[in-house]
Amino acid sequence: MSTITATSSSTGTPIRQRRSTPLRRRLARIPMYVVVAIVLVIFVYPLIWLLLGSLKTQDEFLNNPTWALPENWLNFSNYVTAWSSVSKYLLNSVLTVIPSLLIALLIGTAAGFALEVMIFRGRRQILLLFLVGIMIPGQMILLPLFTVYFTAGLSSSLWPLIITYTATALPLTVFMMATYFHAIPREIFEASTLDGAGIIRSFFSVALPMMRNAIFTIALVQFFFLWNDLLIALTFTTDDSLRTIQVGLLNFTGRFGVVDYGPTFAAICINVIIILVLYMFLNQRVVKGLTAGAVKG
Amino acid sequence: MKSVLGDKRAIALLLGPALLVYTAVMLIPMLWSLGYTFFTGNVLKGFTFVGLSNFERLFTDPNVGPAIIFTLKYALIVTIGQIVLGYLMALLYQFFLKGSSSFIRTLVFFPVVLPTVAVSLLFQKLFEYAPQNGLVNSVLNLMGIGSIDWLGDPKYAFVVLAIMDIWRAMGFYGVLLFTGFLDIPDDVMEAARLDGASGWKLVRHVVFPLSLPVLISSAIFSINGTLKVFDSVYALTGGGPGSATTPLTLLMYRKAFAGGNYGYGSTIALLLTIMCLVVTVVIYRTNSSNSKEEAS
Repeated sequence: MSTITATSSSTGTPIRQRRSTPLRRRLARIPMYVVVAIVLVIFVYPLIWLLLGSLKTQDEFLNNPTWALPENWLNFSNYVTAWSSVSKYLLNSVLTVIPSLLIALLIGTAAGFALEVMIFRGRRQILLLFLVGIMIPGQMILLPLFTVYFTAGLSSSLWPLIITYTATALPLTVFMMATYFHAIPREIFEASTLDGAGIIRSFFSVALPMMRNAIFTIALVQFFFLWNDLLIALTFTTDDSLRTIQVGLLNFTGRFGVVDYGPTFAAICINVIIILVLYMFLNQRVVKGLTAGAVKG
Repeated sequence: MKSVLGDKRAIALLLGPALLVYTAVMLIPMLWSLGYTFFTGNVLKGFTFVGLSNFERLFTDPNVGPAIIFTLKYALIVTIGQIVLGYLMALLYQFFLKGSSSFIRTLVFFPVVLPTVAVSLLFQKLFEYAPQNGLVNSVLNLMGIGSIDWLGDPKYAFVVLAIMDIWRAMGFYGVLLFTGFLDIPDDVMEAARLDGASGWKLVRHVVFPLSLPVLISSAIFSINGTLKVFDSVYALTGGGPGSATTPLTLLMYRKAFAGGNYGYGSTIALLLTIMCLVVTVVIYRTNSSNSKEEAS
């Protein structure tokens, strides 16, 4: 958690002024501190409760009060049970999300570059066409895609997910990249072509390195969208061996949930911890990227 | 100069792949889906042309009305909850915590990136009633209130769903609206303070009107997301108890896959798309006419 505190915002009043606040005004602030404390509890305690639960035995779940601490803090047997089925779901998630993400970033950045830096008729209209994809509910494309994947015999592979994820990640990637390229003067790319290199070379050797940060931010945002997806994964995974972590987790709790608390808590925990680790190191970028995506979308 | 940036071959190479994938996997299926609305059947049984009967069915199907009402009720309540609580959080960050808000901001934002499935399952456990009380019922018992069958009662199932989706997203709107405050010029705030405005007066007469544009775009974003709600309903309540918490998205899913009727499913999806467009345009219109009045 220490990484979260390390970064602090620059807004606010000078410290000197705050120190000199009279006692009465400081007392008047107490109710607000209570509000802050309640907010903290509401946001943190459920997650701590989940983590503690994942270390409890079935016996503790049935006999101890729900807020009791685990009797054995090193009881990882639930994780062992959960891992045996969750690990293959995790692998499926990695195998679908990472390739889609890389392809979408590459061709999306190229398209953003073309639409914002290159000059040709109709580029505004094409950008608007990509915007349609942000607006339309996913339900509009599921059924035709299912028909195509089924007829093409792709249903028993991860390809339907990779293809659909790549495409659904494109609209926002193209749009955000176009906005980032908009801030950069065209002359830079023109100048880089003067020494004989073509504009394609200039895209790879100048534009891509220059946009490293922006691309990384978009990659993070898209990672969360794809990793957390349920609708697409649910539709196209017809077989247990193809399930992603989200679909697998739903199925897992369907099987264990009612009778076996510990493994269920551990399985949910694994899903939360992966995201938590990413968030602990990259939270500032995640927050910025997600809110920027919203303002633009 | 112009020839370099107008190079047709380069444009085709850069734009081509993305445009191709996007068109093939999103644009064509969208139009294809429109075509499905005139058919019945599925990929296994084959399709038969039925003219407008899917649309007729839309008006007579007893499931559609409740699904529309649920979708709208859910979207309205959750959007209001997300925006109002998000705005209160933003005010808390800006005027109370000031420089030290970063930690809480980051913390409250965390559920935004958590998988919906994980959050839904966590909330199932939090609000559990049988076979064992979850955390919420245990706390209620402690205060002398009897256990509530949260997810077994339509009324309470809706409450849990709304609480969960507000919990998940309010940190997001908190940050979004907080960033909006940074656009308010310092001298405006200073002038208002010198004029004696402080506390709620300052918020009501200065901060609120100035953050209205960000509030409107947040509302559009939120309502667009909540109208399309699927993941959290599917994972938390599965549309139940009965079909009490079934939005259009889930109804579409059931009709198409469990019911095996792609045509009717597509018709429901179309209805949903139209609802999203209409709501966005309506909010956008009211907003732009408001800002025009302010400008003149």
